[in-house]
This record gives sequence, structure tokens and C-alpha cells, in this order.
Amino acid sequence: MASKTRSGPLISNSDWDFASLSRVYDAIGQAAEDELGLDIYPNQMEIISSEQMLDAYSSIGMPLMYRHWSFGKQFLQHEQLYRKGLRGLAYEMVINSNPCIVYLMEENTMALQALVTAHAAFGHNHFFKNNYLFRQWTDAGGILSYLDFAKGYVARCEERYGVAAVESMLDAAHALMDQGVFSYRRPPRLSSEKEREGLREKLEYEERSYNDLWRTLPPTKDQDGAVDDDAKADERKKSLNLPEENLLYFLEKNSLVLEPWQREIVRIVRIIAQYFYPQRQTQVMNEGCACFVHYTIMNALFDKGIVSEGAMLEILKSHSNVVFQPGFDDPRYSGINPYALGLDLMQDIQRISMEPTSEDRDWFPDIAGNGNWRETLLEAWANHRDESFIRQYLSPALIRKWRLFVLADEAQSSHFEVTSIHNERGYEKVRGALAHAYDIGTKRPDIQVVDVDLLGDRQLRLAHTVRNGLILEGKTRDTTLRHIRKLWGYEVSLVGRDADTGATLYECATDEAAD
Amino acid sequence: MPNFIDRRLNPKDKSLGNRQRFLRRARDELKQHIKKHVATGKIADIDSDQAVPIPARGTGEPRFEQARDSGRREHILPGNREFTPGDRIPKPESGGAGGPDNSGRETQDDFRFILSRDEVLDIFFEDLELPDMVKLSLKEIVAFKPRRAGYSATGSPTNINVGRTMRNSLGRRIALKRPRQEDLDAMAEEIRALEAVSQPDTSTRDKIAALKEELDRLNRRRKVIAYVDPVDIRFNRFEAQPLPNANAVMFCLMDVSGSMAEREKDLAKRFFVLLHLFLKRRYDRTDIVFIRHTHEAHEVDEQTFFYSTQSGGTVVSTALEKMLQVIDERYPSKEWNIYAAQASDGDNFATDSQRCIGLLDSEIMKRCQYFAYVEIIDERESDIFGTTENGTSLWRSYSRIDASWPNFQMRRIAKPADIYAVFRELFARQSSSSSDN
Repeated sequence: MASKTRSGPLISNSDWDFASLSRVYDAIGQAAEDELGLDIYPNQMEIISSEQMLDAYSSIGMPLMYRHWSFGKQFLQHEQLYRKGLRGLAYEMVINSNPCIVYLMEENTMALQALVTAHAAFGHNHFFKNNYLFRQWTDAGGILSYLDFAKGYVARCEERYGVAAVESMLDAAHALMDQGVFSYRRPPRLSSEKEREGLREKLEYEERSYNDLWRTLPPTKDQDGAVDDDAKADERKKSLNLPEENLLYFLEKNSLVLEPWQREIVRIVRIIAQYFYPQRQTQVMNEGCACFVHYTIMNALFDKGIVSEGAMLEILKSHSNVVFQPGFDDPRYSGINPYALGLDLMQDIQRISMEPTSEDRDWFPDIAGNGNWRETLLEAWANHRDESFIRQYLSPALIRKWRLFVLADEAQSSHFEVTSIHNERGYEKVRGALAHAYDIGTKRPDIQVVDVDLLGDRQLRLAHTVRNGLILEGKTRDTTLRHIRKLWGYEVSLVGRDADTGATLYECATDEAAD
Repeated sequence: MPNFIDRRLNPKDKSLGNRQRFLRRARDELKQHIKKHVATGKIADIDSDQAVPIPARGTGEPRFEQARDSGRREHILPGNREFTPGDRIPKPESGGAGGPDNSGRETQDDFRFILSRDEVLDIFFEDLELPDMVKLSLKEIVAFKPRRAGYSATGSPTNINVGRTMRNSLGRRIALKRPRQEDLDAMAEEIRALEAVSQPDTSTRDKIAALKEELDRLNRRRKVIAYVDPVDIRFNRFEAQPLPNANAVMFCLMDVSGSMAEREKDLAKRFFVLLHLFLKRRYDRTDIVFIRHTHEAHEVDEQTFFYSTQSGGTVVSTALEKMLQVIDERYPSKEWNIYAAQASDGDNFATDSQRCIGLLDSEIMKRCQYFAYVEIIDERESDIFGTTENGTSLWRSYSRIDASWPNFQMRRIAKPADIYAVFRELFARQSSSSSDN
């Protein structure tokens, strides 16, 4: 390869051009294969300006998006922070699609372009292609054309039914985005055609087997009405597939008041929510994977003499800014930095495979000293999400390095209590607590459709399974319920039940919630 | 080999549509904010970009959220130095909800965003019920007039400069040695003369052949080197130049006696703002002079003008005298266009109205471009007084001035939408004169 035989380092001066970007990409690609054995989607690298980056921010990072005021609001917030200099813009943005789209900012220097190419075009890209959550839940090949369809569809609806009508539909659907994903089972893959086919066959069968005689039978006299009611309730729950955790899906399929176009809009919001669901569960891993990849590749390139010393210093400076983690009492502290945690976890795995201590051998008998950190990491990237990854791989050494401790916060008490710290007795607990904090189930209230009597009052009954006594914030709960009512068309009620005791903690319904 | 695409030249502002949708949604609250700004801000600053807080109502995005003051949580924090299990740390007092995990959270009010000048004016104009033409002309900043500014190599055919073009053409023809028609004619003549010889000898025949060949060559050359080539063509270039604008001074006169309350002052302020917007657009430099009066008049700054009260009777003529004095001292009417706007509730000391008429008639109206008077009345009174000529003494006296001076305008106003009527004449003149240009 020509670039390797060149005498000077490839990445040295601060200006980039397309020819050098392309040579650098090839060098990085070579290193990614040699050093890490990455498997990636083809890349499409796009150079954009800072304004375009701001635009991309506000359409939740997607290159195309339908129009909605909330994106305008986000844009204003980002723009304001950026103009004030409170927040810099990301150097890059990457989209989980096939081909994988990577945005590079034009302001970046050559060294930064190399860094973000390794980070996004190889690190994130590999993770998107190989992690089980993304493989299972997202359709990387189809997302862009789907968004294109969604944007066009919403625009056409606005033309036909008015901006206000579409907006109120989107508002209502957005309110349920958190409850609009399947987290336990795979979404049904029935194509609409098959669905219609099935429905027709069923109708035909009913017509064929209809016998007027049955109607003349006198109603059976049940001895016990309650049992009958229960049976009926069971029957209708079964027919509606209840309980249902995906509220948007339930409303889309079963709402009695939605027009076809409104159903389609609910569906669009639901599909986008589902598309982002894996990203929310794998933030630490995704960023950790990308940081580990760029760090490893850049060092490898530096060893080969492809990166000059000056450029390497610049790269290391950006790298250490990104993975900076202040302590909890530092004024700069704003939560655990997923970049830092992810990178440390992965470098720790590398260390455990190569130079384990006796403690590591006790804690990780299967990977300690196996001498193959590449395979271990590739396997971890493919088969974990944040919660399981931390639960599996957070080592005592890392807990000590981070000096992690657990603080119990009882809402009613006036004190926090330190329950565990980085000592022999605390390791398991810290690890469990940290993993638990990354479990999306603990952040997202678990609300399901439990019952609805379509032939009766049609009231939609929701149940909130309350864990650890975390009930819902009253004001947003009531407005969200009103949004559900808009989609459902009839009254909606919500019951909060404690997960352990089953006791009813609160009850509310739309007619009361209305102000 | 990846696919590199340069997107920098793609259109930006993809979010403009979203921004407009957001503004529409937040309109009511933004309107309140602008209204407050008109009431508290300076007249001259009304039409600038403005930072407004992101409105909370109507733009919330509700979803099911866990209440901060409920349940049991665990926070995992890095950087432990002195804690051991069982240590208790008092919670910070901030609102009771201040767990360590919400330190990075910002509430919606923390964001302010910039409304552009156009957006501010749109909202400001909303309940003034201005005709669209006027809105447009107020938003436009300067008028331009095309002015000759040298020559250019491109332009529309109507702007071809023939003199320049032909000069270039001549120079090029000389430089490239384009054969002249006379030379060709002379050569053709010579050939004809030689051919006329009845018995040409060999040398003559050779000469004819040579001459014919030369003539051919020159003819070809003439064809190749055009008489006027596209590179010769020059166009007159025009540059848009802002129209020369003079200076204007605006006098704001207001009665500040006790009878002018909050509502009256707010209406008066809108009235002044509108006139100022108009002047600002028309003139390079606009000064504002604030004169307030009770039974005596003072020139004051804007703050005092709108916000401090003064007790006393009401003698309007003092304000007019003060105005004349200021004009004499600082704003000679040869150099300044003088506009005056007077707001009052119509009260005046009984015998003073006559004196006002005298002042206006003899001095002020001659020097003023325009004098607008608004009498701020109660909503209930507007039905009674709306059209009749009855009214306060000041109103009755001013009616006479109104009849004799075309540049005097007066109106009773009870709500913001009435204000524009006072200026209708002014804006009508403006738009007709600007269409003349």
C-alpha cells in the first residue's frame, strides 16, 4: 500500500483533505482488522458543518425526521448552549444503518478526523453490527428508507388533515414513547398482507360454520355469576393479548377511534421508539467499545509511525477529555461518564485475560489468564447489554480504582446512608447496585394494559407495577393519561400496585385527572 | 474504500420548520413576554433580537416519570475518600429533592432563546391590526436605489455599454491585426487591374495567384477574428445604494398627572413605539426627546418618563413651549425632520387650550413634519365619544388644528388596535412616496 511506504507520518499536519482522509481510513481499517478483528458495515463518511451538526442534534440524531415542534425546542436549547459556549458540539455522529453513516465535523483537525473515524466508523459500527440487541431489534438496512417514508407520510397527513390534527396525534404518541417498546418479546412480524389474509380466512370460516339454530338455544343458567364474569374477563383478555406492555402497539391495533392515518402515525412513533430502545440499554458498552477501539488503533498506528508525535499528543488530549471522570464531590461531576466506565471495563478485561492477579482468578475463573483478550472482548460486545455486562465483568480492582460506593436514598429520611464501599464485603453489592442502575427497567415505570371491556364501558385499565415505592409524578401522569385518552377515545384509568405486596398504592382516571 | 461525501454545501437550517412550529405553539406565552418587554423596555430597543425563556406551558412534553420524592433509590458514586458503611450524610436542603443524581438536571426555565427581530415584530404587531403593507414596510430596514458603479463583464443585454464594448473591440482588432476592409478592397482592385491586362506574362500571372492566395488568407483571418467578440462586451454595473436619509427627532409628549394610570401609559407607550419604528426605518438617525408635563413641563429620560409620577395640575401648553425651546436649542428644522407624538387623557386647564392652539398654529405645525395626538379614553367611553366631536376641551380645540393642517392627526384610542388609525395617513404617504422611487 502506498501510504505505508511513504516516509513521513500520514497523520501529522492539522489540515485535512479528502485524499488524506481516505488514506487514513484505509490505514485505520487495516489496523482494525489486524489488531481487533472487527466486523463492520460499509461506511459512508459525510463531512458537515457545525450548523448541520446542530440540525442533526435536534432531529434525535437522524438524517431525516418528520417535523414536530419538540424538535424545534430541542434545537433552540442546543443552539443556545452552543452559542453561549457552555457546550461544545460532538466531533462526530454515527447512525446505526447499513451503510453506516458517520458525520465528521469540518472544523476537526486531521488528527481528530482520524480519531473519530476510528471511534465511530469502526468502534460504534462494529458494535451496531454485532451486538445481539441491535441485531434482534433494529433493521439497520431499512431504517433510512423507513424514516424517509415516515417524513413523507407525516407531511402528507399535514397537508390533508391540517398541521394541528397531526401535531396533537404526535404529541400524544410521543408521550408514550417510553411505553411504546417491546422489551420482553420480539415484535410480531406479520406483514399486513398476511394479516388481512388471516382475517379473511377466519371470517370465511365463521360464515361457513354459522348455524342459526344456536341462536335459539335458551341462555344457560350459571350457578355462579362471578365465575362467569371472571371467565368472560379471561376470555376477552386473551382475545386482546392482555396484559400488554407496549401501550402504543395496543392503541394502534385496538383503539376504536383512530382513523387509519392516525394509526399509521402512532405506528411510526412506535417503530422509532423501538429503534432507539437498544441504544438506551447499551450506552456504556457502545461508548466503551468505541473508545477502546480508537485507543487501541491509534496506539497501533503510532507504533507503526503513521501518526506523528504532535498528532498523537492532540489525540491523547481529546481522548483524556472524553474519558475524564471527576469524583462525586467535584464541581464538574455530573454522573458517571459512560465513556470512562466503558473504556475502563474493557481495558480491565484485557488486563484480566493477559496479566491476572490471584484475586482475578477467583472472581473470573473462565477468562482470567486465557491469553486471548480479543476473543473475550468480541464475545462480550456481541452478547451483553450494560446491565449484564457490568454484572459480569466489573472487577474488584476496578471498583477500588474508581473508589465506588453506594448511597441509599430513602425519600422520607433526611439522610443518605452509605451502604457499601470498595471493600471485601462491598464488592458484590457495589457491582449489583451499579448493574441495577443501568437496568432500563428501573428507570422506566412499568405500565401495562391489563383490561378493557370493549362491549361494556370501554374503559382502558392500566396497571403500574411499583417497585421500591417509586410512584409517578402526579402532574405529568395526569397529562400523559389525557394523551392516552385522546388515542383511546374513552376513559382511561391507572392503578399503582406494589410489586412485592400487591397493595394498591394509588388510583387515578382521566375524568378526575381533567382539570 | 469508504464513500466520502461532502455535505457542507447542503442547505442548513433544516430545523427552521420545527422552529416555526415551536414558536406557534408557544405564541401565547411569547406574546405575554413581548408585551411585558414593550412595557418595561426602551422604545428604541423594541425591534432588536430578544432573549426569551422557553415557555413552560404548552410546550411541556409529559411522560410517565417517577416522582422524586417517593420510594427508595440507590446512588452509585465514584471517588469515595472517607466514607465507611453506615455513615450518614445529611441531604442538601435545596427543595428537599436534591439527590446527587439531579445536580446536572436543568429545569425548563433555565433555557432562553433568541427571537429574531422579525419574530419580535410579528408578535408586537399582532394586536395592533396593521395592514400587511405597513408591516412589511416597517420590517424592511433601508430603501435602496440602484446607482451606476463602473462596468462589469456580465449583465443583462439591456445594460450593454456600447462605447466601452466598441473600444475593447477596436483594441482587440488592432492587437490581433484583423485585416481592414479597405486593404481587402485595395487588393481586390489590384487583382482586377492585373487581370484586365489582355496578355499577361508569367510574372503577372504569378503575381495574381499570389495576390489571390493572400486575399483568401486575409478573408479567412477576418472570419476568425470577429468584429465584436463576447470578450469585448461590457455592461453598466449598478450597485444598490441605500437612499440618503436625513436625521429625525421624535418628541414624545405625555401628560403624567395622576389621571394617567398604568393602562393609559401602556397604550401611550405602544403609540410611541410604533412611531419610532416608522422613523427608525426611514431615517439614518433618530433621536427621541421625552417631555412630560403636569402644570409645568420637563425634558426627562425614558425611565422617568414612563415610570415616575408627578403630582400637579395639567397645563398642556407648557409641554409645547418646552418642545419649541428644545427645537430651538438642538434641532434646527433645516437639519432635522421633526415628528411629535402627544398622548394625553384630554384633561387640560380650562383656559389653556386656546393657548395651545395658538402655539401649534403659529409655530409648531410649521416646523413639524407630523404631529400625532392620541387621547386615551376608557373602553366604555369609546362608544359614546367614538365619533362625535364632543369631548374634552383639548379635543375640541385640537379639532380646529386638525381641520387646517394636513399633517396633524388626532384620534381617540381605547385599545391597542385603535393606535394604527392615527398613523394611517403617515404610512399611506410613506408607501405612496416609496412606490414613486
